[in-house]
Amino acid sequence: MEYTLRLGDNALILGQRLGEWCGHGPVLEQDIALSNVALDHLGQARMLMQYAAELKGEGYTEDKMAFFRDITEYHNCLLVELKNGDWGKTIARQFLFDTFNYFFYTGLLQSKDERLQAIAQKAIKEITYHAQWSAEWLIRLGDGTEESHKRVQKAIDALWEWTGELFEMDEVDEKMCEAGIGVDLAGVKQQWHEKTAEILEIATLKKPEDGWMQKGGKQGEHTEYLGYMLAEMQHLPRMHPEASW
Amino acid sequence: MYLRDFYGKAIARIFVTESTVKIMTKETSLEDRFQQYVDGENKVEPKDWMPEAYRKTLIRQISQHAHSEVVGMLPEANWITRAPSLRRKVALLAKVQDEAGHGLYLYSAAETLGADRMDLIKDLLSGKAKYSSIFNYPTPTWADMGAIGWLVDGAAIANQVMLCRTSYGPYARAMVRICKEESFHQRQGYEIMMTLARGSEAQKKMAQDALNRWWWPSLMMFGPTDDHSPNSAQSMKWKIKRKSNDELRQEFIDKTVPQAEFLGLRVPDDALRWNEERGHYDHGEIDWEEFYNVIKGNGPCNKQRMDARNKAHDAGAWVREAANAYAAKQAQKKQSSAA
Repeated sequence: MEYTLRLGDNALILGQRLGEWCGHGPVLEQDIALSNVALDHLGQARMLMQYAAELKGEGYTEDKMAFFRDITEYHNCLLVELKNGDWGKTIARQFLFDTFNYFFYTGLLQSKDERLQAIAQKAIKEITYHAQWSAEWLIRLGDGTEESHKRVQKAIDALWEWTGELFEMDEVDEKMCEAGIGVDLAGVKQQWHEKTAEILEIATLKKPEDGWMQKGGKQGEHTEYLGYMLAEMQHLPRMHPEASW
Repeated sequence: MYLRDFYGKAIARIFVTESTVKIMTKETSLEDRFQQYVDGENKVEPKDWMPEAYRKTLIRQISQHAHSEVVGMLPEANWITRAPSLRRKVALLAKVQDEAGHGLYLYSAAETLGADRMDLIKDLLSGKAKYSSIFNYPTPTWADMGAIGWLVDGAAIANQVMLCRTSYGPYARAMVRICKEESFHQRQGYEIMMTLARGSEAQKKMAQDALNRWWWPSLMMFGPTDDHSPNSAQSMKWKIKRKSNDELRQEFIDKTVPQAEFLGLRVPDDALRWNEERGHYDHGEIDWEEFYNVIKGNGPCNKQRMDARNKAHDAGAWVREAANAYAAKQAQKKQSSAA
């Protein structure tokens, strides 16, 4: 359950963040494209939360999972809860996360858990498109104007310290990996490094050195940003806990 | 020959007069033929000859419509991060995204008439071009998502169903596609209202409050009464419009009142009653002073909406420049490798 919930939280929190862009994008076509990505993440979040709720039992539902857990009970990685920033920062975050997600879900296709495997099968098509889209934008911005190059390089540099956690194997990961349900993150790490190096080079951007990495999201230790996001997201159902919508 | 010999200067004048007459005759006949063509229920296509005023009227109307879709994203996008269930969140985001898509079709339809999308957008951002005033009202509660879908999209559909038969081909075709999505949005909005109306006391109150706030602005969406709508007659003649503002408004009221009754909500109009003789609902007086004030910029959210659009446009400038610069570099590379 915990493993499924982590994946669900990544999808929900990123979908929620991207939803903030809707109506405010730099040009209509990209407003639509980013909303599409947000919708894919929210769709995946629903499938994963429904599964997690079933595993948890006790009358849990996807909405109870999403709206009635507090910050320490959220298990997403920190990268996805960071603020959107400008278009460059959003693209940089998408690129770093989508590339991870692509290799991760490719691994999840082999999961021995039928339900996760089925979800991965559906999600991988969407995630492949996300990774393609954000890599293309990264290249466009990196190799666009001097200003766009500067902005997106700054974003990559700033986001780098939040990427280490993606590959951190904790007890849950180990256990799931051993059972053939989860994905070996060491393998994903190598693929991710190779792919990001390749794309960054095409984008004429510098790949930052690995330094100190932030972590804790998976274990429920979050940034301050997530609290505000949950407050906004959860306030209405929490104000009317008995209501259906 | 005679005139040319004796009145050198006059000759030129006669020629001017003759050619003017010729042009006018030609123009008149073209306009007549255009009118006959339209009267015969034929669609006008981008490359066909059309009166300049027809073209201008359409560019104005289609671009206003496009702007309305884009500005109309804002009051609903306001609730994406706060939608009370995951299902509602997904549906709302998809809906607002559809509106962006409608904006795109409509800008494209306007471009078939020779307009440039960027120029049209500049006119919106400078305040020169108008958009539907309804979007200058705020969305303080979740019930507003229901009320907008049900009433605002409902009123838009009444207008747009008519526009599916408008005389300009690309506009009519865009409308067919848009109408399909809009009716889906309307059902979705009504379903939100239904859930609230059948929910807790607090939810019912929320639904009634939203109806109270959106009812009159929705009626205003059809525009001034027929005797105060100066451009309508020409638009009807050209079959751009096929029903008058008052006719459409009446249709909307007749359709919507029973829907409100079904929800157990009260339409906020004391004068509203069924008129057996007319076969329609009679309704109270619309506050036209409010209508004209919101158009003038005095609505509760005019400034907020325009600020949001301008901010998005300005913040996106470097992104658009980068995309253009990159595309130009790629094109150059392709050219030099071909050479």
